[in-house]
Amino acid sequence: MNHLPLIIKREYLNKVRNKSFIIMTFLSPIIMVGIFTLVAYLSQLNNDTVNTINVLDESEMFTNQFENTKTLLYKNVNGISLEKAKKLTQEKEIYGLLYIPKTNTIDDLSEAITFYSEESPSITIMGAIENTIENKVNVLKLENAGINAQQIEDLKIKIDTKLETFDGEKTSKLGSGLKLAFGGVAGYLLFMFIIIYGNMIMRSVIEEKTSRIIEVIISSVKPKKLLLGKIFGTTLAGITQFLVWIVLMLVLSTAISSIFGIDTSAVSTPQQEMITQNIDPSSQQMITDVFLELNNLPIANLMVMFVFFFVGGYLLYASLYAAIGAAVDSETDTQQFMLPILMPLILGMYVGFFTVIENPHGTVSQVFSYIPLTSPVVMLMRIPFGVPLWQQLLSLAILFATFMATVWFAAKIYRVGILMYGKKPSYKEIIKWLKY
Amino acid sequence: MNNLLVASNISKSFGEFKALNNVSIKVPKGSIFGLLGPNGAGKTTLIRIVNQITMPDVGEVILDGKPLQPKDIQHIGYLPEERGLYKSMKVGEQAMYLAQLKGLSKSQAKERLKYWFQRLEIEGWWDKKIQELSKGMAQKIQFVVTVLHQPKLLIFDEPFSGFDPINANLIKDEIINLKNEGATVIFSTHRMESVEEMCDHIALINKSNKILDGKLIDIKRAYKSNTYKVGLLPNNSEKLEILLKEKFEIKPTSFKTINKESQYNIKINEGDSVNDLVSYLTTLGQLTHFEEVIPSVSDIFIETVKNNK
Repeated sequence: MNHLPLIIKREYLNKVRNKSFIIMTFLSPIIMVGIFTLVAYLSQLNNDTVNTINVLDESEMFTNQFENTKTLLYKNVNGISLEKAKKLTQEKEIYGLLYIPKTNTIDDLSEAITFYSEESPSITIMGAIENTIENKVNVLKLENAGINAQQIEDLKIKIDTKLETFDGEKTSKLGSGLKLAFGGVAGYLLFMFIIIYGNMIMRSVIEEKTSRIIEVIISSVKPKKLLLGKIFGTTLAGITQFLVWIVLMLVLSTAISSIFGIDTSAVSTPQQEMITQNIDPSSQQMITDVFLELNNLPIANLMVMFVFFFVGGYLLYASLYAAIGAAVDSETDTQQFMLPILMPLILGMYVGFFTVIENPHGTVSQVFSYIPLTSPVVMLMRIPFGVPLWQQLLSLAILFATFMATVWFAAKIYRVGILMYGKKPSYKEIIKWLKY
Repeated sequence: MNNLLVASNISKSFGEFKALNNVSIKVPKGSIFGLLGPNGAGKTTLIRIVNQITMPDVGEVILDGKPLQPKDIQHIGYLPEERGLYKSMKVGEQAMYLAQLKGLSKSQAKERLKYWFQRLEIEGWWDKKIQELSKGMAQKIQFVVTVLHQPKLLIFDEPFSGFDPINANLIKDEIINLKNEGATVIFSTHRMESVEEMCDHIALINKSNKILDGKLIDIKRAYKSNTYKVGLLPNNSEKLEILLKEKFEIKPTSFKTINKESQYNIKINEGDSVNDLVSYLTTLGQLTHFEEVIPSVSDIFIETVKNNK
């Protein structure tokens, strides 16, 4: 008698046909795309406003130094007093007034420049203005010291140590970050999946208890099979939902951007803009490095292990939720368990980002890449640095064995939980039960 | 082997609480076996042990000559007292699912479900959700699911709760019918009149111990008190009672008749002949009613449990 496919099928259909599940499946992408569209639209609105800034430059050092940009216009108001300039700026509802007084030395300038405005100005605008002033002042100071600024620029050398393994494989410093990315992505995906579907598994395990069908079911099926069926069935439903989400979001965002002309991918933050503004020419080099690095990564190994560790990690955490579901009588008892379960995963991420990057093959990294609750993240971060296959397989074996052990343990709790009549079982009894 | 199920020396504790203490029962093949006892006596624990939901601390269960095994669940149909169905599933789908869990193939399950749904006149429910049904209606589905895989052993824990008298009768007839087709039934209930009507054997459990078991008719024989219910139109109504009291232990009683006779329960001594009583009674007047008082299951239940205290 093979009950497992039967149970999986029932759990799957039960989830997929559930009205709230269907509603969420179709509503979530609409809401998500809606929010993105809104954000994109709003930031476009924001970007379209052109701010004018009056510049009162009494030092007369910055004439024609401020270049107009798409969103920023500089207007020279030289020749009038500060008071008049302020009044003028206010009356004409101009964004702000930049006041550069005449000072004795250049050094005094740094203290003396003032920006007047109605509200506090945005970081991007101030950044742009300060940049311009600093550059100009630096050049002036160098020239005052009798040095040609252009010469200095020409003399600068960018040191980029080339890294190479003994096997002759080229790597780069940049690679370390890139290498951690796989583990990080796995970690975040796990996180998302568990947060969305862990609770669903838990509820599904409680279902038999609340509908009081438990004795009928348990007299036909082994609890272990029931729990496994629930974990797999719910997971399949989750994957279905996830795929629908991805497809729907792609379709919707394409549709919206083509209809309304709003590019949802163009959502960018001011910080990003500042970074892109400040990128130096070596960024070209960086991009080639990234591709070089990608080529050097054991892509096939990573992909396969990514799948295995992701699935294993997910199943393990899912089985923990199932165990909680097995131990409690009603859903109200479960809320507090949601977060603590995720803590080891968060720990794994931190270990990955702080320890693995320091020393990918150190003791801490090694240990955490075997501990099943953290290994899905840590091992995936270590693999790009080169981990022998037997270690990877050992870690996987531990991961899946722990998953089975958790399900087995949950099944025991499940069975005992129904029959204990609310009495706390003694340890002796638990051991006895575990043997049954 | 005349016994389908033999449970010997079963003990089971939950923590400090002893739910079953050295209980043994034998359920003969093809019988309806009444498992009786006050609330909390341990009946459900015993039933769960037979269903392998829980495991005895001590003791052994033998089904059809062999120790009970996990795969035996397909030979057992169990209707627990705590029962329910998946609320959001459709009736037909759910019945198919539960039937397949018991080892039926899809086509078998469908065929038999059709038969039973027709038999109980519930064909129209196939596509309804359980939450749309009343409790009694859901119980019917539950009954069908319990018997569908034609198990050798059927265990019903309070099968009639939630049924109106008509449906209770319907289910009762179905149970008797199943027994006639060869199934063995264990039947746990507090409704003594159905025990009276249906059971061949009973076991009485009180405070974790079995205090009585055997064929119902033997038990009744053992519990009879040589008492007879008598109706008499006396020749001399004033002297009648005095005369009777001289010879027997009597108690006034009452039952419905069409005469205005004197009515007594008369107990004769062990070894005395019933014929002597009858011939003596005829000398006192016209005998209109004579009946042996047979103890009811309810009486036996109450008496044994009281004496067990």
